[in-house]
Amino acid sequence: MPVTKTEVLPIRSSDDVVRVRQAVRSCAVGIGLGLVDQTKIITAASELARNTLDYGGGGEVRIDVLQEGARKGVRLSFEDHGPGIADIAKALTDHYTTGGGLGLGLGGAKRLSNEFHIESTPGVGTRVTIARWK
Amino acid sequence: MDRIPILKLGGVLIVTIQVDMHDRLALALEEDLTAKIAATGARGVLIEISALEIVDSFIGRMLDNIAAISRVLDAETVVVGMRPAVAITLVELGLELTGIKTALNVERGMAMIRDRLAEDDGLGSARARYED
Amino acid sequence: MAVDGTAALTQTVAAEEANILAAWFSLLKAGGALHTGRIREAELDTQARTVLEQLRDSLAAAGTDVRADAYAPLRDTLAEVSRSRAIQGFTPTDTANFVFSLKEPIYDALNRTGGKDPAAVAKGTWAASHLLDALGMHTMEVFLASREEVIGRQGQEIAELSTPVVRLWDGILALPLIGTLDSARTGVVMENLLQAIVDEEAEIAIIDITGVPTVDTLVAQHLLKAIAAARLMGADCIISGIRPQIAQTMVHLGVELNVVSKATLADAFALALKRTGRTVVRKQPSISSTAS
Repeated sequence: MPVTKTEVLPIRSSDDVVRVRQAVRSCAVGIGLGLVDQTKIITAASELARNTLDYGGGGEVRIDVLQEGARKGVRLSFEDHGPGIADIAKALTDHYTTGGGLGLGLGGAKRLSNEFHIESTPGVGTRVTIARWK
Repeated sequence: MDRIPILKLGGVLIVTIQVDMHDRLALALEEDLTAKIAATGARGVLIEISALEIVDSFIGRMLDNIAAISRVLDAETVVVGMRPAVAITLVELGLELTGIKTALNVERGMAMIRDRLAEDDGLGSARARYED
Repeated sequence: MAVDGTAALTQTVAAEEANILAAWFSLLKAGGALHTGRIREAELDTQARTVLEQLRDSLAAAGTDVRADAYAPLRDTLAEVSRSRAIQGFTPTDTANFVFSLKEPIYDALNRTGGKDPAAVAKGTWAASHLLDALGMHTMEVFLASREEVIGRQGQEIAELSTPVVRLWDGILALPLIGTLDSARTGVVMENLLQAIVDEEAEIAIIDITGVPTVDTLVAQHLLKAIAAARLMGADCIISGIRPQIAQTMVHLGVELNVVSKATLADAFALALKRTGRTVVRKQPSISSTAS
């Protein structure tokens, strides 16, 4: 899948989370996503960035702008070297509560994206990749 | 650090969120509102979010917290002006914010608070009459 | 083997360009590309000329590797031709023939120029065939992708057309849903509904599902999403048009719609009026049947 632009941003503080949102917005607008789709991917990015910060001990996100033929898309890859997720299936099915907890943003981020991929090894780290196409 | 201003209109506190909040700002808002409700005895809190393009789980939780805290302090919270794209995204995210009252705009929100307080007060005075 | 063939092919295309173009063009015309009137002769001429020029240049620069960068202009031109034909309504065969009909003129040219060296002619023919097949495939892929884009767009338009929002009264909207409710359609429904709530400052939205054939767990989930989104914007929902069979199915499936539902749109409208503080009053007394 041809990548036309790449950006890597650190996620080490809550200010970084704001910066990630702004960078993703800029890409989303750049490829011409509609308003609802823009909101979806920026919100998903915000969730995953927070997860990276709060549960992954910090990490980084790689933002790729994709072009396949006439189709444009944005792919985000969040990576941390934190404790990892032991039970991915469970993390994906957890429902939202106001109490917070591990992996709560994952199911939501998946529903908000066209593509969703997660790799995680306990003790090594986690990588979550999402993509939205126009 | 800038804090979000809180206005007072009669017995109602009004907050307009216009910036992409980072976490410290959100927590500061929670603290400031709690303090002001207690200090002024406000019975209503109106949070205007028509300028918010993104509401993620953190902001959602903040709104939930503010509503719960106000309730404990005997105030009614209404969130107004949510953008359609935000509503759609929140529902998809699984955050339905059922603990929060919502209204289309400030007018409706204020009317809602007034109605709710009139109800509560009506009940209170009925009880007083009975105990006479 | 390919290397020798490429050299022969490259030289032939360069040397015999004018002849190849003429032969190709008459094949294209004979193939009926112009008969349907979808494309004019001048346009076809330009397309053929450009393609052949770019083919000549690409061959010189990169041999027969269609994926090389040097072939980018040619791939783009063929993609353009293919896309415009998809939109103009050409058949897939016509579009593929644009490239494949170039084979015969090139083979003829190879024979003419390589007469003394049959091995070179054979290798050149093989290289040409291989190359044009690859270009033909590329053209087809783009054609198919363009058709899918058109279908997708039409699907979107149908979805939008079939979810009108009706203003029943001040602050009361009705959303008559017709057809099945899948996740894509629900997205469109939600967007239309919420935008209407904003525009009309609606307090109540009546979602009428008379036209929805079945309400299973999935459809119910979609409905619940729409209702939840409307609530977040301060509007209450009422569901109407639940047929008896649907009511039964829902209960058996354990589907719960945690919102007021009425059998008919009229009932729902009456409730909505009441909730928004209105009553309907008859202006003139009805004619008594016992009037003397």
